[in-house]
Order: sequence, then structure tokens, then C-alpha cells
Amino acid sequence: MSIAVPAASARVAAGAETAARSNVAFDGVSVAYRGAVVLKPLTLEVAAGEILAMIGPSGSGKTTALRAVAGFVRPAGGRIFVGGTDVTNLPPYERGLAMVVQNYALFPHMRVSENVAFGLNARGAAKDLIAERVEECLRIVGMPQYARRLPRELSGGQQQRVAIARALAVRPRVLLLDEPLSALDAQIRRAMVEEIAKLHSDLPDLTILYVTHDQSEALTLADRIAILKDGELCAIGRTADLYHRPPNRFAAEFLGRANLLPAVVEGEAAESGFVRVRVGEAKLVVAGRDHPAGAERLLCVRPQNLTLAGDAERSNRISAVVRDIHWQGELTHLVAEVGDAVVRVVATRLPNPPKRRDRLEVFFAPTDANLIAEDAIV
Amino acid sequence: MSEAAAVAPRAARLNLGAWWVAPPLTILALLFLYPLALIARAALADDSGALNFAAALDVLNSRAFLNALLNTAEIALASTAGCLALGLTLALTLAFAPFPGAGFVARVIDTFIALPTFLVTLAFTFLYGSAGILNGVVTSGLGLEHPPIDFLYSAWGVILAEVTVYTPFVLRPLLAAFSLVDRSEIEVASLLGARPLRIVRQIILPAALPAAIAGGSLCLLLTVNEFGIVLFIGAKGVITLPLMIYSKAIQESDYQAACVIAIVNIALSLGLFGLYRYAARRLRG
Repeated sequence: MSIAVPAASARVAAGAETAARSNVAFDGVSVAYRGAVVLKPLTLEVAAGEILAMIGPSGSGKTTALRAVAGFVRPAGGRIFVGGTDVTNLPPYERGLAMVVQNYALFPHMRVSENVAFGLNARGAAKDLIAERVEECLRIVGMPQYARRLPRELSGGQQQRVAIARALAVRPRVLLLDEPLSALDAQIRRAMVEEIAKLHSDLPDLTILYVTHDQSEALTLADRIAILKDGELCAIGRTADLYHRPPNRFAAEFLGRANLLPAVVEGEAAESGFVRVRVGEAKLVVAGRDHPAGAERLLCVRPQNLTLAGDAERSNRISAVVRDIHWQGELTHLVAEVGDAVVRVVATRLPNPPKRRDRLEVFFAPTDANLIAEDAIV
Repeated sequence: MSEAAAVAPRAARLNLGAWWVAPPLTILALLFLYPLALIARAALADDSGALNFAAALDVLNSRAFLNALLNTAEIALASTAGCLALGLTLALTLAFAPFPGAGFVARVIDTFIALPTFLVTLAFTFLYGSAGILNGVVTSGLGLEHPPIDFLYSAWGVILAEVTVYTPFVLRPLLAAFSLVDRSEIEVASLLGARPLRIVRQIILPAALPAAIAGGSLCLLLTVNEFGIVLFIGAKGVITLPLMIYSKAIQESDYQAACVIAIVNIALSLGLFGLYRYAARRLRG
């Protein structure tokens, strides 16, 4: 079963007119509870049809930002715009949005079809339209045969599909997803991520604000990712850019658990766009611009970009001592010491794995690493 | 250990367990069932001790009894409806529109459960009685000769007092039920376009229905049997079943009539108690 949008049904959740008015803008939005600031002034824009994932640890303010868009919390400062309209003081029922939450929040006494029809009834839609829309939305999420069931008669994954259908039925300007897959087990979660990705490719005009603490969901689904920490925007960028070139230590560690090694810049390399750095005794060349000689930086390289076999491309070499080996079936994780620092190496094939305390030569390509300033912000 | 050896002590324990039922049953029989049997005997037996329904039928067919039954039902139903309306309003406010001091207000309302019913009635006479504060203010304010507010010594006075006393019995289960309503359901409904009234009607009330039924049944049970408020207010012409039992037994010394009415009152109470237990079971799921 998969979430599939029949061509004729695409209009259910999106339309040309929707796209024009479905961007979201935070303009210095801050939220405080009883004097304690939980979201510091946040300014960012989500383009129409874009999926923006907001990620961060617990207490980072990501859910608060989403709830401010929904109208469940009143900002202490700043304005929120949806489709260019200031919705800061509008009640939730006048914002034209829909939301899917972690625990599904299906109405337990209503059947699946009644749940999906709820928003349309609330908005005074005609009976014919409601019947048509309910049928189409249940078809979109692959649940038409469950229309007469009660929520308690469905599995977690099925309930989440119904919650998505219920949200899509009202043709929201923006779909808010608040950790929608957190309550599902890993296997169903992976399947649902793929289905949401397919849903959005079939409904490209639908703007989605996706809050999660699961970076793999964000990497799979999002066009852009915003990383929040301690109620503050810590990094934002296109997903691949943010992953490959994190702007600061927190972004590098939170998104993909990058290896960070203290490095000193020695100067520009012969090839433009690269710099020479020193990590301990190792002299390396990595991608980077505008790093003055003598500057202290963090060398950021992903575990999967480190290999135990050197070649012409992977010309950078670091000596390390194996501290631990974790075999995980498809992958082997090596934890090794480089001076006082620790690096992780993820290998897919390792016919002759090293042993603890073995000395290793670890290689990586200059383009697979970048430099970040220790105290850099967004 | 052999199977026989394992089974033998268990059988002994079971036998002992069966004997432990005897003392509470005996106490129950002495304190509750025996007096009930005496009432039934007094209601349905003549002087010779033979079963005789004639006297009971006379009482049940009398105008006074039917009036009392009607009064009891009317007052109990009106009071219960009032308790449900007030309890629901208060519970919705306290649970979903919290204000500073909401918890304190809820506890103050709860204390009404602990107060003797006649005390509330006494307070009402000071507030709404012909010489009460309200009439005093209105009379002096408007320069009237006679107190204009005159509802306390009627069925309405009884109903108002009962609503005041018994509303906490509805409020408490409703607050418990509301605390279990998933707030995200309300938020999602709101974002889907539902205004507050629709959310109350379609999301909150269905979730709280068993609690409302349980609280309402309890109110009905208590108001059917209410004696102190009716007696204390002394409303003219407002005779309920408990008051009639009192009147027949104490004032007229007609114990047989009092017992016949008591049997009806007990049957009514047990029926309502059954309804309450059923609703409470539904509430627990």
C-alpha cells in the first residue's frame, strides 16, 4: 500500500491558486512562556511548494515555531505571514492550514470517513463535495476500504494515513507536520517517509513545514533544513549544502554526526578553491576559500567519506589508532584516535577488519572535507 | 512435589476463603437487609401478619402519593438538568479556558460536597428569603413596600438549592473526563476550521458523555432522595416522597403507609443506582 495521487486527484490538495498563496514567513517571531523565552526572534521564509524541515534537539524551539504558525501559541514578538497575509492574530480556524501530529489525534468516536470529512463539514462544504473529497483523499493515502472503520480498529501506520487524508481534504495552504512518524516503528517509519516524499512529488504545490528530531526524515524529505538549538536558528540551507558544508560545529554534529578535527590553515593551495591545512602532524588539502593563514578551524569530514584505501582522488592521509570496532551487518563502524581527537569511519565492505590498538592510515578526498570556524553562526 | 500434594493446600485455602464471606454477609444482613425486610413486611402485611396488598394499593392510588411522586420526579429531573447545565459550563470553563485561580475555584466548588444540605438552604434564606439581603437591597433601592423576590419557598427554591449542592457531583467526573481529552485533537480540529462551539459539540462532549451520564445519574439518585433541603425550605405544597414518608411516619404515625412509600422510594433509588453503576462502568471503559 502506498500514498499515490491519481492524476485527476492532484487538485484535491493543491491547485494553481494555492501555490501563489502558500508561502510562510517568520518575521522576527519570538515566543515566551511566563517570561522564559523558548523561541528567540526567528526570521525565515518557506517558499510555496517547498518542504522545510525544522530539526533540533528537545527544547530547541522547533515545535514552538510550528505551533506559532498554527496559532496555538501567541508570539511575544514578530509577525507570521501565510501567503503574504499577516496571520499573527488570526485564530487557528481562520488560517487555512492543516496539521498532522505525532499521536495522529484522530477523533476516536468518528469513523475514518467522518474524520476525513470533519474539516470540510467545519468549513461548511456542500455534501456532494464532501463525499467526493473524502473518497479522493482516502484513495490518495490508500485507505478507501477502511472508510467505515473506527480509529481504534486501525494500526498506527493506517491511523497516520487517515490523519494525512484528513489534513489534505481541506486543501490547506500549508501542511504542518509535527513529528508525524515518531510514534511508528522503524520499518513503517521508513516506508512512510518514502510515501510522504512521493505524495509531495505528486502534489508539488503543497507547502510543508516538517518538524522532526530524526535527521534521516529531514534529509530524505526536505528541500531545505533549518536547525534550531536553544530556541535559536543555528543553521539553514538547502539539504545537500547543509549536509556537505555545515556552517558550524552544531550543524555538523547534529546533521550526520560529522568528524571534526582541529586544524590550522597554512595557506591557499595551488588549485583554486582549496586550502592547505595541518591536522596534528598531517598536512592536508581541503576545499575552502577565505581562510587566512594561521587561522584555527575545524576540519569537517563525514564518516562515510573516510576510507582505509588511498588512491589518487583520496590524497589526504591521517594516521590513527583503532579504539573500537562495531560490526552492524551491512556497515562496520570504526572508532579511531587522531591525536587527542576521535574520528569515526563507516565502511560498507571490510574483508580484513583491523583490531583494537592497530595503527591505521585513513584517507579522504579534498572535496569531501571543508573547514568551519569554531564559533560560526548562521 | 506431586500433583496431589500441590492441589490439596489450594483446596483448603478455597474452603477457608468461602468462610470469610460469612461475617460481612451477616453484618450486611443485620444492618441493611433485615431492616429492609421489616419495611417490606410492614408495608405488605396486615395486623395478623398475612400478606395483604389492599392497604398498599390504597396508598399508591391516593392523590397525595401521586402528587408526591410527580413532585419528586419533577424536582429531581429539573435539578439534575440544572446540575448538568451548570456543571458542564463550569467544567468547560475550568478545563479549557483556565484563568488564574481556576484550581482554587474548583476546590471551593468541591467543598459544597462536604457541607450539610440544610446549611446551603439556610444561606439561601439569608440571601433570597423575604427578609434576605437581595430583597432588602431591591426593596430599599426601589422604595417598594413588599419584597419582590419570592421564589425561595416554592419548588424553584428547592431546585436552586439542589443545583447548588449537587453540581459538584457532575463537575468532578466531567473535569476528570476533560482531563483525558487529547488536547491535540482539539488543536487539529481547530486548525481544520472548527470553531469553539463545534469543537465542544463534536469533540469534547462525545468524549465526556459517559462522565455526564454517571454524574447526572448520581445527581438524580441523590435529588430523588433529598430530604433536608425540601424540609428546611418548607415550600408550600411541595411534598416529595421522602418528605411524605417522614410526614406519614412521624406526624401521622401511619407506619404502614410510610413503609409502602418507602418501598417505592427504594425501588426508584435502586433503579437509578443501577443506571449510575452502568454509566460508571462505561466511564471506566
